[in-house]
Amino acid sequence: MASQFDVIILGGGPAGYVAAIRSAQLGMTTAVIERDKLGGVCVNIGCIPTKALLHSAYIAKLLREAKEFGVEAGSVKTDYGVAMQRSRRVSDQNSKGVEFLMKKNKVTVVKGSGVLQTGRRVKVGSDTYEARTAVIIATGSRVKGLPQIGLEINKTTVISSDEALFLEKAPATLAIIGAGAVGMEFADIFSAFGTTVTLIEALPRILPLEDVEASDALAKSYKKRGIEVIAGAKVKKGTPAKDKVTLEIETNGATRKIEAAAVLMAAGRAVNVEDIGLAECGVQVTERGFIKVDAGLQTSAPGYYAIGDVAGPPMLAHKGMREGVTVTELIAGKKPHAIRYDNVPSVTYCHPEVASIGLTEDQCKERKLEYVAGRFPFSANGRARGTGETEGFVKILRDKKYGEILGAHIVGGHASEIIHELAVARENEYTVEEVELAIHAHPTMSEAVAQAALDSLGRVVDM
Amino acid sequence: MATKVFMEALSPTMEEGRLVKWHKREGDVVKAGETLAEVETDKAIMDLVARADGVLRQVAVTEGQTVPVGNVVAVIAAPGETVGPAAQAPAPAPAGKGEGGGATPAPTRAAPTAPAIVVADATRVKASPLAKRIATESGVDLKLVTGSGPGGRVVKRDLEHAATRPVAAMPAPAPIAPFPLPSSPLPVPRSGAPYEDVPLTQIRKTIAKRLATSLGPIPHFFLTTEVDMERAGEARDALNRQLGDRGKVSFNDVIVKATALALTKHRACNAWFQDDHIRYWNEVHIGMAVAVEDGLITPVIRHADLKALLEIGGEARDLAEKARNRRLQPSEYTGATFSVSNLGMFEIDQFTAVINPPEAGIIAVGSIAPKPVVWDGQVVPRRRMRITMSCDHRVIDGATGAAFLKTLKEMLENPLAMLL
Repeated sequence: MASQFDVIILGGGPAGYVAAIRSAQLGMTTAVIERDKLGGVCVNIGCIPTKALLHSAYIAKLLREAKEFGVEAGSVKTDYGVAMQRSRRVSDQNSKGVEFLMKKNKVTVVKGSGVLQTGRRVKVGSDTYEARTAVIIATGSRVKGLPQIGLEINKTTVISSDEALFLEKAPATLAIIGAGAVGMEFADIFSAFGTTVTLIEALPRILPLEDVEASDALAKSYKKRGIEVIAGAKVKKGTPAKDKVTLEIETNGATRKIEAAAVLMAAGRAVNVEDIGLAECGVQVTERGFIKVDAGLQTSAPGYYAIGDVAGPPMLAHKGMREGVTVTELIAGKKPHAIRYDNVPSVTYCHPEVASIGLTEDQCKERKLEYVAGRFPFSANGRARGTGETEGFVKILRDKKYGEILGAHIVGGHASEIIHELAVARENEYTVEEVELAIHAHPTMSEAVAQAALDSLGRVVDM
Repeated sequence: MATKVFMEALSPTMEEGRLVKWHKREGDVVKAGETLAEVETDKAIMDLVARADGVLRQVAVTEGQTVPVGNVVAVIAAPGETVGPAAQAPAPAPAGKGEGGGATPAPTRAAPTAPAIVVADATRVKASPLAKRIATESGVDLKLVTGSGPGGRVVKRDLEHAATRPVAAMPAPAPIAPFPLPSSPLPVPRSGAPYEDVPLTQIRKTIAKRLATSLGPIPHFFLTTEVDMERAGEARDALNRQLGDRGKVSFNDVIVKATALALTKHRACNAWFQDDHIRYWNEVHIGMAVAVEDGLITPVIRHADLKALLEIGGEARDLAEKARNRRLQPSEYTGATFSVSNLGMFEIDQFTAVINPPEAGIIAVGSIAPKPVVWDGQVVPRRRMRITMSCDHRVIDGATGAAFLKTLKEMLENPLAMLL
């Protein structure tokens, strides 16, 4: 006799654990199957520990600049091992927090690797669990290497974020392949801990999914602090040796060699769809390897749902969390508000931070939209001057006719926090005028948002 | 958990109630739905029933006492439960005084009173700022759009749908009858769900609110008369022959024109009730009820008394078309001084229409059909039509309405009288 639950969730990452809590709140008996630690990549080897390390990097940066602010801290010494240990404690606290939430909401946690069976059943080892209503697949994703060019992750000289997060020492030199969020953040971290960093991106600019102006601002900032940024570069070959890796890269038709103590692979992730019984249950995947879902997040097999990274991009924890809430409400027969996938904020927590929502200026052009761009630099913002965070800007793209906020891009201190004003605005279809009409406290970084909105209307005050 | 027993609004207009008789005594076991007491409202003696199972405790109101709606009159506790001090029995309240029992904590939840209906709110539309801007710029009437956002809010996507709605799907405008057949929800197979909940569209909500402010609060009365339409019919036929390709005059155009002209002679019926005053209009603007998909709206033919029949006809068709395509501007459906509702094309003999406030009257027009009538001492077939006027008695008295109707009848029976 199989143990029965109303809802069984495969995977206890951000999408899965949020789905579990909402499911329990809705009165359904719920089980989560997790092979590793609760909280998934995000809590254990992703979002959370990197934010801890980035803050260590930020403190190092502050101390180096402290003299200018009238504070002498002597010579600044950094120890990646200590920072790493602290980041582990932060992750563990968060993972325990998720464990507590499971208990509090009476969610059963099954440790082990689950394999889907037909009839909404999941096998874990020799035990079988049966879902009366739904099975939710939330198995997430993992980093991938580039074995085809000799760069298979060997965990010593060719590493991924999984290893980088557990290093005892920062390497002397590091080549990072991929300048998306992960590559950008590790470049920031290791550079602050004394590593000579080379950042290599295949596409023509770093942070390729962000607005061109954001990419340019970050390239400038990174170069200024001694990070070598090579965009539009193809890695032809990687040759790992005992304590170094030689990379052969091609940029602008020329080939050059780069040597580094380690290579960090930060280009792309693979979804975890293997060995979980998808095909046996009739769960289809897309050409790109994601699980195929309909508008209600149900897979091609009735009663089987998929959320989070496995269900398709953007592969972001907060997108998965929202899907976790929505899918359980749908399963419980409620009518949740449809997820607006065009309104998922994207944040890179390097310094300066990069946050965006909606369309980039290039996308506006591609779609032949009539738009007006409003900008405001933090160098003209009083608060930013006071804290010395004058790098960056707020840029708002508005529809020319109706003032709809088509996209917003922020580079600067606390961009990750400031962006939400624009997320709320877009979710509620406020135009730039409503954003500007809301009184912004003075002096704050957020004033730059109101000023950028005003600039798009041709009425900027502070510039 | 103790449950408070409130003085409930047992009639829509009840503000306070006199406790006539307790059916249960303190300590009695009560069941949800059982009568606790008899209460005299402004209209009748009604039962106050228990909303929870338990034991009646702390009867706070004595027989004969009057308390405002929303005040606590007793507490129902679980058996054996001691009720905390917060729910202590208040001192008996002096009858009719605002706050009731001095020690009674104000009820934290809203008392079950009838919601006040505010006319000004009736046309309020929930829409995002962006949707409002798009609607203003593109001339879409938000009241006619079904909102798909949170709480039925109209969002951008709804307007995109409204704009791309194929025009062919609209009922083609009939040349004579300006009303399309209203659509009703599609029939579903018998094996399907027993019912379907369809959220109210904005227009449906507005209709609900507007009409509830009409037939309820407005003291309606109705006057019916039968009009001989033979001569009007002959005149119309003659005009149409003369016009040829240049247009057509419909009975509806004749009725709108006659109504407008009759109103110029009976200003007492061309008026708005405005709470503390009556506005008698010197201009005549006729509201014309038009059925649209999912509701109705009354576009306005302005200065109908001054317009030629062809002008009225052209405008009526134009407005009806716009209404069905959801393109009416607010200025095109507000400001009527009197309305006409015509269900003649549906073969309705006679009906009563609901006044569209603040207007004081509306004419309901039935079908025109040949009937045997006594004419010059002979029984002959003649085209006849019944019209019923709904009057707001606060503005129009019986004789006033009857005098207007007589003028209208004369004009229709003898179209030349319109020239008088």
